[in-house]
Amino acid sequence: MSAASATSADSVCTNSAILDRWHPVAASHDVADGAVHSTTLLGVPIECRLAAADQAVVTRCDDPGAPVAAMVAYECVWACLGDPVEPLFEIDEVGERDRRIVHAGTVGVHVSAPRAVENFLDMAHFPYVHTGILGVEPHTQVKDYEVHVDPDTNDVWATDCEFWQPLAATTSTDGQMSDYRYRVPHPFNVVLYKTTPVDEMRMDVVALFCQPVAPDRIVAHPFLCLLDDDNSVASIRAFQLKIFGQDKPILENQVPKRLPLDPRAERPIRADRVAITYRRWLTELGVTYAVIPV
Amino acid sequence: MNTSWFPVADDHDIIPRHVVRASLHGHELVVWRADDGNVNVWENRCLHRGVRLSIGSNDGAELVCRYHAWRYANRSGGCTYIPAHPADAPARTVQCATHPVALRYGLVWTRLDGGDHDDPPVLDALESDPFVLRARPVAASAAAVLAALESFTFAPVGAPPDREPTVECESVPGGVTVTATVDDVVERVVVFVQPVGLGRSVVRPVRSGRPADPMVAWRHHARVLGRFVDEVERLPPTDADADGVVEVAVAPPVARPSSDRRTVRIERKWTTADQIAAFELVDPSGEVLPVIQPGDHIDVHLPGGLVRQYSLTNAPGESDRYRIGVKRTVDSAGGSAYLHEVAAVGDTLEISVPRNHFALRRNVPDTLLIAGGIGVTPILSMAQALARVGLGFELHYFASSPAEFAFEEILEALGPSVNRHVGLDADATSAELERLLAQPGPTRQVAACGPPPMLDRLRRLAADAGWADDAVQFEYFDSGEVDRSSVFTVELARSARTIEVATGVSVLDAIRADGIELASSCERGACGTCAVTVLDGEVEHNDVYLSPAERAADDTLLTCVSRATSGRLVLDL
Repeated sequence: MSAASATSADSVCTNSAILDRWHPVAASHDVADGAVHSTTLLGVPIECRLAAADQAVVTRCDDPGAPVAAMVAYECVWACLGDPVEPLFEIDEVGERDRRIVHAGTVGVHVSAPRAVENFLDMAHFPYVHTGILGVEPHTQVKDYEVHVDPDTNDVWATDCEFWQPLAATTSTDGQMSDYRYRVPHPFNVVLYKTTPVDEMRMDVVALFCQPVAPDRIVAHPFLCLLDDDNSVASIRAFQLKIFGQDKPILENQVPKRLPLDPRAERPIRADRVAITYRRWLTELGVTYAVIPV
Repeated sequence: MNTSWFPVADDHDIIPRHVVRASLHGHELVVWRADDGNVNVWENRCLHRGVRLSIGSNDGAELVCRYHAWRYANRSGGCTYIPAHPADAPARTVQCATHPVALRYGLVWTRLDGGDHDDPPVLDALESDPFVLRARPVAASAAAVLAALESFTFAPVGAPPDREPTVECESVPGGVTVTATVDDVVERVVVFVQPVGLGRSVVRPVRSGRPADPMVAWRHHARVLGRFVDEVERLPPTDADADGVVEVAVAPPVARPSSDRRTVRIERKWTTADQIAAFELVDPSGEVLPVIQPGDHIDVHLPGGLVRQYSLTNAPGESDRYRIGVKRTVDSAGGSAYLHEVAAVGDTLEISVPRNHFALRRNVPDTLLIAGGIGVTPILSMAQALARVGLGFELHYFASSPAEFAFEEILEALGPSVNRHVGLDADATSAELERLLAQPGPTRQVAACGPPPMLDRLRRLAADAGWADDAVQFEYFDSGEVDRSSVFTVELARSARTIEVATGVSVLDAIRADGIELASSCERGACGTCAVTVLDGEVEHNDVYLSPAERAADDTLLTCVSRATSGRLVLDL
């Protein structure tokens, strides 16, 4: 079997654990002013547009009459190709009126969604991939942190994460020990709550929404909900895209591209505690798309 | 799967400190040359997160992954350092899949696992002065290229252009020997075909003998081969083109309880200092030795059941031998005396694989290395590791007389960072240590090895000076004491056995030492492979795999890291 046929054969998703969830399909700014945005979700070609300011319409190109659930949230158009049994997860901070809410711009990445999520959950790469920004040698240690699955929401949480960062945000003027909390509310979406240089009591929110185009291909939607009154949208986007641009070549050189869920398939370490839980959680949710199941 | 030898790179392309990606039968390979000249061919994948090692960096001794800077050693492919956990020696199970390598006829050859253990083909035509011509990638399978090569023809370089050459083709392993003749101008080229996989290959021509004008020959054959490749790529694809897309091994084999012991041969023995004999130990059959991490020691098993521990003094990348220093001790039960007086070059010794109780942290810019006497041996491996990655250090080496400084050649290579302290008595040593330890700080650490009285003083002085506990690492080289602070017993219910687990020994190792097989993988409490069911007793969960609910249930134990809080555990084994 050739690689091309292997991809097309299983690229249309039949896994209800994924099919019945909401997925981002466009940045809101890509469908502004009546623009029609063509893209692919779970192997299905689709078109997105806005019928009204907050009313999205998504059409399957292979079956234009089929109803597709669609909505606008977090600066994105979201769609569900199956039955949207659960509402989209909440990010409460977007309701705070002093927040800057920015979609940093879509980036296509030739990797599976859960590989991208794991990279977002990873602190150990900061000194080597985001050198001088999110980390720097010799501050390489990942201290032990806590991981749990919330019994009410079934979100995966990593808490008490600490890492020394030379330039943690656009608002940074100096290095800081950053406190991180990570939350995985959805197999392909991940939210980070992070110390802000601006306010000791509150946290910046940075999320990565992965649009699964194929089992081994995504469009990444980086989403920011920040306390930053000073920087322009352009510079906030530039900062985030610089970070993501540093991750992209790593992600695209991961083999295999789908995430192996067998805990013996790769060699985890203590610093990967949240990834270990995330992989077990994907198995428990019955996710078989974009992963190599146990 | 074809497990024959194939060329995968031009030796000339494997430049020092570069990293090259290659493919064979759909397997991705990483090819790199260490500073000692050794060429490594490994599976192109970091074990941690699957990132291609070919985008990493080669520091001349180790290949460093681009993602988290895990370091993999020359030859063994064993992991030597994981920066996320600076104080922990990496598990010995973290080891890249390596492939055998041969350099022949100017090419780098390898074969995938499972093949017989012969060597690459020997061809008389290439035995003297093989001359490598430029390789070409082909968008066709190896089978299609080999079929087309049967009618390959070229004019020998230097022949008159208007004459038709006589051409003979002869199949050889993995290629074709083509001999072209015009009058008395004869040229012979062996064309090897590297099966890349996925309907792709690389043709690698090697000329018999160096031509009068290399540039003319290179250009001539590049043109000839270019035309050949164009023709092959125009042929309709055949079934043979569908060869091998290989799904990357998803679950590498689980680590076996491999024998802890191996036999080595004394390759070299010399007197490196007064009363100190140095030994270099190699594998008797030339096999690759298990990875060395800075601070490692080996057990040496001697006649009469004696076991002695000796630290390795190796530098990073120095992976073809283990080097130890043995001090003759007066009250010796015979261990050091045997090694000094009896053991000779060519003899074999039984040793353990290297172990580490003295890991070197590399997350501080400034390391104070302190050695007393023969305690210099692990300190030398640390100093060389720090020098290799460019971290700052000072080595202070205490000895009674100038004749007692061992391994001069290593000390000299380390240069001005080495400070010698000769003939100091106990008080003078204390005063010097106090001076050295006067300035603790978050960017500094101490690693020390020496006789117990000296280390006791050093630890007291460091505490007095305000050094944090985890900033001072040390190893006693002459401790007869066994720490029994966390000894407990494990009862194996189904096997009806009782095992004592000593401090510093994992439940996993204790069970294996009793002859019971238990699978493991990461050996750091992260993968769950070595989990067993607990029937009775309380568990100290040291893993990061179990969920809080699973911990609370207290019915599962990860044997690689977790222990007992009760004096006794009963396991379902």
